Amino acid sequence: MTKRVKTMNLNFGPQHPAAHGVLRLILELDGEVVEKIDPHIGLLHRGTEKLIEHKTYTQAVPYFDRLDYVAPMNQEHAFVLAIEKLLNIEVPIRGQYIRVLFCEIGRILSHLLNITTQALDVGSLTPSLWGFEERETLMTFYERVSGSRLHANYFRPGGVHQDLPMGLTADILKFCDKFPQIIDDLETLLTDNRIFKQRNVDIGIVTKSEALEHSFSGIMLRGSGIAWDLRKSQPYECYKDFDFKIPIGKNGDCYDRYLCRIEEMRQSIKIIKSCINKMPTGPVKSIDGKITPPPKKDLKTSMEALIHHFKLFSEGFRVPEGEVYTAVEAPKGEFGVYLISDGTNKPYKCKIRAPGFSHTQALDYLLKGHMLADVPAVVGSLDLVFGEIDR
Amino acid sequence: MSIPLSDLEKTVNSGLTTAIKRSEVNFDQLFVEVDVENIVSTILFLKTNKKCKFKQLIDITAVDYPQKEKRFKIIYLLLSHENNLRIIININIDEKLLVPSIAKIFPSANWMEREVFDMYGISFKDHPDLRRILTDYGFEGHPLRKDFPLTGHTEVRYSEEKKKVISEPVKLDQEYRRFDSESPWEGTKYVNESVENNKNKKK
Repeated sequence: MTKRVKTMNLNFGPQHPAAHGVLRLILELDGEVVEKIDPHIGLLHRGTEKLIEHKTYTQAVPYFDRLDYVAPMNQEHAFVLAIEKLLNIEVPIRGQYIRVLFCEIGRILSHLLNITTQALDVGSLTPSLWGFEERETLMTFYERVSGSRLHANYFRPGGVHQDLPMGLTADILKFCDKFPQIIDDLETLLTDNRIFKQRNVDIGIVTKSEALEHSFSGIMLRGSGIAWDLRKSQPYECYKDFDFKIPIGKNGDCYDRYLCRIEEMRQSIKIIKSCINKMPTGPVKSIDGKITPPPKKDLKTSMEALIHHFKLFSEGFRVPEGEVYTAVEAPKGEFGVYLISDGTNKPYKCKIRAPGFSHTQALDYLLKGHMLADVPAVVGSLDLVFGEIDR
Repeated sequence: MSIPLSDLEKTVNSGLTTAIKRSEVNFDQLFVEVDVENIVSTILFLKTNKKCKFKQLIDITAVDYPQKEKRFKIIYLLLSHENNLRIIININIDEKLLVPSIAKIFPSANWMEREVFDMYGISFKDHPDLRRILTDYGFEGHPLRKDFPLTGHTEVRYSEEKKKVISEPVKLDQEYRRFDSESPWEGTKYVNESVENNKNKKK
């Protein structure tokens, strides 16, 4: 006689402190063992791609801040790179350096949030208190350069909105001197912590081939030992000028991914430092008046500047017909924009490729056979932000 | 090691021969157009061929061209880590056609195809689980189609009488305004036509 084992269905989320946003999981449990996971996403769907089709290129940039709102400028970067590729314009070297500087600040912002909240999920409170203080400092850098702590709208097609304010680079350098000590402190709390290791080592293992099959990118790929980082392999902007290392994991478990993130923060600090030390002078945005708006002071005296300003903020600029895919190494993985222009002032189609989308999809594969208590640990290590997944 | 894009184009063309309708290099990217029937074999070839090694599917998306006879274009983005190359595969289909699913080749295609289905209403043949993904439970219509209004068809609110969230047809106090800010001085049709006529005369 065979006995049928009855499984239990459990609803996890959409409002759950360990779900990192509005993730809803339908778990099928055999006792405490997860048999099947059906993630339901889209609870934060705002129709970004549809909205972008109805906005001019400049008006569409702020939507990218609202995707992965933990590292806003990295998202803007992918979009402006796509526009620049279609327009075939060069960004002045100082503009490129400023972009790299803020992309790396974004990376630290994102990793700090992820590491500390993952620790919170597995029962450690202190890291998040320490980490969030540093995030606050970094966000003041965002604020000083763009006027806003989160939704920066700082990268523009052709460069960045404004030059760095006085004294900002000195303050960022001061932060860079102080921050490695903070990473060390975080590591003393977590890296050798018995509980943290018990909860993360050998949990959510991803093999090399499976990581490729499931379209993983970023840390999820590197944690499994695949040396792949778009900043190195397909260098965009001026990443070629910088010397940095790409940490890769060995076992592909949650703990290795945590270690990769820690090391990436140290490398980002290195990039930020050399970026500031090497910072060239010159314009921060393209001098092509048809693409970038003129300085405000010229509006009173120059007729040409006035016309350019009016045209750019009413009609916007036209982008030649074409299709491009550009990808950047966002903190969470490969963030890509597939942009189709039909020659008008609005994108015909803008598909956003969010790294978290494929990572969420793989939850079923990652968690099959794990215990229920491992669900938050794995969800934490995937680094999900629903702004970008649901779009 | 990476190989140049033109070599890849040759490899793909010689490997797939008749399956390929068109291939071109634009903005340093290789675009390849194939027929719907050949999509599965093409993707499988690109994944398994020793020279291509496109082991990762980056994304699947669609574009709506309502004026065209074949309304939708489906785009597959693939990436090869070993060769450090990307390739973009296109297929053109009309509205009612079923597209073969590639979820068997790439498990990650599952959700990407679900998203295309949700946003454009394109159905996939042999898909393991073709449900809506991003839109709300019980949503109707396909939002990224060009004929779907930006404001949508329904709005939700909490009803005090029924004590639950209900959805009703959208009522707007003011229509969504689409500003035509394009310059009337450039780009009008008749100017283009006359320029083209002149060009033809010169030839």
